[in-house]
Amino acid sequence: MNQLTECDVDESRPIFLQIAEQIEGDIISGVLAEETQVPSTNEFAAFYRINPATAGKGVNLLVDEGILYKKRGIGMFVAEGAQARLVAKRREQFTTQYVRPLLDEAAKLGISTAQVADLIRKEDRA
Amino acid sequence: MTAVVEVTGLTRRFGELKAVDDVTFNVEQNQIYGLLGRNGAGKTTLMQLLTGQQFATEGSIRVFGENPVENAPVLQNTCFIKESQKYPDDFQPRHVFKSAAWFFPNWDADFAAQLATEFRVPLTRKMKKLSRGQVSAVGVIVGLASRAPLTFFDEPYLGLDAVARQLFYDRLLEDFAEHPRSIILSTHLIDEVSNLLEHVLVIDEGRIIIDSPADDLRGSVTNVVGAASAVDAFVGTRDVLHRDGIGGLASVTVGALTPAEQADARSAGLELSPVSLQQLVIRMTTENETEKSA
Repeated sequence: MNQLTECDVDESRPIFLQIAEQIEGDIISGVLAEETQVPSTNEFAAFYRINPATAGKGVNLLVDEGILYKKRGIGMFVAEGAQARLVAKRREQFTTQYVRPLLDEAAKLGISTAQVADLIRKEDRA
Repeated sequence: MTAVVEVTGLTRRFGELKAVDDVTFNVEQNQIYGLLGRNGAGKTTLMQLLTGQQFATEGSIRVFGENPVENAPVLQNTCFIKESQKYPDDFQPRHVFKSAAWFFPNWDADFAAQLATEFRVPLTRKMKKLSRGQVSAVGVIVGLASRAPLTFFDEPYLGLDAVARQLFYDRLLEDFAEHPRSIILSTHLIDEVSNLLEHVLVIDEGRIIIDSPADDLRGSVTNVVGAASAVDAFVGTRDVLHRDGIGGLASVTVGALTPAEQADARSAGLELSPVSLQQLVIRMTTENETEKSA
């Protein structure tokens, strides 16, 4: 298996949400492929150096959303179609998480939206 | 959930001093608790009460449903690792581990041997010849390898270096996952342990001032930083836990903000930053003093 993303949990939000997002990120990038087994809750806890109950909460969140599913007696697997669903979800969040803060910062610095668009195009060519 | 410790209205008085002052809380089975607070806040007294080494002045203590004082069945299932454990003069680490096997029914000698190698504890040197950190390591090993259903670590790592502390946290998590039990960790190194804790108890001047799941405390307070006038306008009538300022700048600690409030603050040009568990404890345990002196 490829290397899981190292994670520095921050203090602003519950750890289990951050762990769930880390696992989602590893599914999107393909480190955790669909229909393959993911590490156990205890392995996640040891890897991220967090309480096993917290790791379990993060994993269960993804089970509830149908991203992971349990095979009784074997372990946890990435569901079919999980990657596409997560990409769709992240695209919906793209505006609030990246575009809005970008425009807020631009406004503070007196950069117009048209100038921002120019900067993006220039950066894209570079 | 099952409580392994139930404390109701517990007070311990030393003369005029109330070291533990009308405290009520439970410790649930198979969770890792942080018992946090300043020096002299009452942490050690509280743990001594729970392990039958002190007598309650008032109130009741139930450990595994029974009074712990001189109660062998309860105490066999309890392990208390103290900051400065005393050992008989001629004892070597191997003697400590050998005698631990008599006290703790779940003692794992192989695990203790493995930990002794990892912590580089010399088994056949006299305890009094060991370094401060090595003595602490012996305590940590006893606490882990005893696998007692209720384990207390009271500032277990005086003199332990960063490598040994990380080793302690890693082995604690691994062994806890394999052999779940109730662990109460009392420490000043809050930043180091905050991700390990499932539940947090903060004691200040003998009283429990926070009794909360660790994840609920995350994001429960926020620092708001910016121009003093903008900060004041945003804070309005909210409860302020702490306030700092330099010139026209202000930094204010307030309670949880909804996503809409966060957006408002940002569009008002304010910076929001999370408050770590350590900072939260500092805020909560110094605020009391300013209130009193005010």
